[in-house]
Amino acid sequence: MDLWLLRIAIIVYLIATASQLAFLVTLKVPLRKLAAWVTWGAFVIHTALLLTRLFAGGYAPMATLHEAYSFFGWCTLGLYLVLQLRYSIPSLGAFATPLALILLLGAAVTPGEIIELPPALQSGWLPIHVGLLFIGNAAFGIAAVAGFMYLIQERQLKKKKLGLLFHRLPNIEVLDEIGYRCLTIGFPFLTLGIITGAAWAQEAWGTYWSWDPKETWSLITWFIYAALLHGRMTVGWRGRKAALWAIGGFACVLFTFLGVNYVLPLILPNVQSLHIYG
Amino acid sequence: MEIAVVGLSHKTAPVEIREKVAFAPDILHEVAKSVRGLDHVREAVILSTCNRVEVYAAVRSREDGIEALIGYIAQYHEIPIEELRPHIYVFIGVDAVRHVFRVASSLDSMVVGEPQILGQVKDAYEKAQQGSATAHVLNRFMHKAFSTAKRVRTETRIAQSAVSVSFAAVELARKIFGELTGRTVMVIGAGEMCELAATHLVENGISSVMVTNRTYARAEKLAEQFSGKAVHFDAFSKHLDEVDIIISSTGAPGHVLHAADVQAAMKQRRQKPMFLIDIAVPRDIDPAINSLDNVYLYDVDDLQGIVEVNKKERAKEAEKAEEIVRQEVDSFLKWLKMLDVTPTIRQLREQFDGIRRSELDKTLKVMGDNLSKKELKSLEAMTQAIVNKILHQPTICLKALADESDADLSLDSVRRVFGLPEADVIDEEE
Repeated sequence: MDLWLLRIAIIVYLIATASQLAFLVTLKVPLRKLAAWVTWGAFVIHTALLLTRLFAGGYAPMATLHEAYSFFGWCTLGLYLVLQLRYSIPSLGAFATPLALILLLGAAVTPGEIIELPPALQSGWLPIHVGLLFIGNAAFGIAAVAGFMYLIQERQLKKKKLGLLFHRLPNIEVLDEIGYRCLTIGFPFLTLGIITGAAWAQEAWGTYWSWDPKETWSLITWFIYAALLHGRMTVGWRGRKAALWAIGGFACVLFTFLGVNYVLPLILPNVQSLHIYG
Repeated sequence: MEIAVVGLSHKTAPVEIREKVAFAPDILHEVAKSVRGLDHVREAVILSTCNRVEVYAAVRSREDGIEALIGYIAQYHEIPIEELRPHIYVFIGVDAVRHVFRVASSLDSMVVGEPQILGQVKDAYEKAQQGSATAHVLNRFMHKAFSTAKRVRTETRIAQSAVSVSFAAVELARKIFGELTGRTVMVIGAGEMCELAATHLVENGISSVMVTNRTYARAEKLAEQFSGKAVHFDAFSKHLDEVDIIISSTGAPGHVLHAADVQAAMKQRRQKPMFLIDIAVPRDIDPAINSLDNVYLYDVDDLQGIVEVNKKERAKEAEKAEEIVRQEVDSFLKWLKMLDVTPTIRQLREQFDGIRRSELDKTLKVMGDNLSKKELKSLEAMTQAIVNKILHQPTICLKALADESDADLSLDSVRRVFGLPEADVIDEEE
């Protein structure tokens, strides 16, 4: 059942992404409406997929790498849809849905069985800790997407070369605002995610903090976003600089999520992360 | 019924003629009404702008209708008809429909894609309605013109890109700030160029204007015009942090705005973006300023470059627009042609159904009591089927007739054969 739903979700995600991109290219109004409907449809099907796994497995579906990818993608798409209601920027979808699609494809290529939850994960902390972090990550993801769009648009304005994307992308002010908004959503979630993680570690391993690579990298990520938030709130950072930081921050998020488990062992073979998704 | 257009525009008539034949906006509804009253003319809309004067009419007969329209214009403005004729263009049928759709879509404008014309056409239609000069043909026609214009605007980028320097400035400002309401503009130099650019910005939502000029009195005068604030020239850099947009056009030989000033202002305004437009030659603003973060500096050549690119783009988009117009013209003409035959088809149906009813009633009076409900029903169905079967071929034939050029003749024969009452156009509600 859940594997079927996953396949349907992937197909609908693909159609959503394709129609968003097709709208960006052609600017045809019917395509925009189609894209909006299909994107909502993708979210509904993905929600059904998560619920199916929740009931079938009896645990919050965030325990395996597959489930983490899936949940991350779901949060990203959901946050995009919420922002779209608030800002209604037609071109945002063409940049945000591909990110959600890539995350879902990540889920598709990782083993998707519903597992027997290991004792270490049988805790109420699992949905709280992981849920908080991925909502935060999704916000950082959208911030990076907005930052990317900002950089394209800003470059055109600075170079005075107004290409095809110039009319399709919104004004840089609103892109900066979305970046800021996502940062203020993401940062509290990241902070709470790390705190709940520490609390869980104390309960499970008897220590709040063990300088495990995953913990270290999440702290690095936290410092990057703390610096960006501070810069934006008090120093007056904005625009290009903030967009670059948002993209760099999200690279760190991805490294903490994946790189710690996949890349780091190649460089430092004897350092192993205790954390899941390994 | 046919659509006819009689008019003149910037393409055929110099301004001396155009101003003579222009109709005052406040009497347009009366003019439309009296044009409708002309012989051979059924409905009329009058469009009168500074670039064109046109009469759109639904006429019963081509030649007579057109002559009546030209005669009316000449007579109304007391211009000899011979003097008028060389400037007048006439369109009939498909050409007339295409012309009006192109006008409404701004494809016939002096600046292709300029947005005002659609509003002017809409006004003209409203005035005609006030004078009850339109009925179902022109109502449908004008609405089709509006929807064509809308399609052109949404499906092509013809009206989106600016083709004048000051519009290009507004367009850029929008991409930097989004909405312009609440933004402040500073005008350096009180010349004509500055005034024009500032006017465009104010029209597009800029709410506060600051003016500075070497001669303070002139700054005050221009500031007053925008209900803004005049600032002394030697002190204007103190206000830089308050302004989002700067337009500069002084006659100064060197730079009047330096990088250090802008840099300081940017720090004070916490890096909120700033848009600087330098339309002076030699330039007023140090070009190095463009490399500051969140500052966008455009000089006259930059703006001109954008305008050139946009113009080329527009020409390309115009082709797409023409295709849309072609589709819409086809669809309207199909409707218009059917209009000639629909009343006949309907009357034919009514007549046959009337006969069926009355004969059925007669029969039922005699034997109705002996029949069961089911039998009544099948009797009803049978007579209905007979009528439908008989009328099937004539209906198809009549509909096909709509495409033929001498449809009127054939229609008359059909009406005579079946003894249909002389049909004038029946006002059908859409």
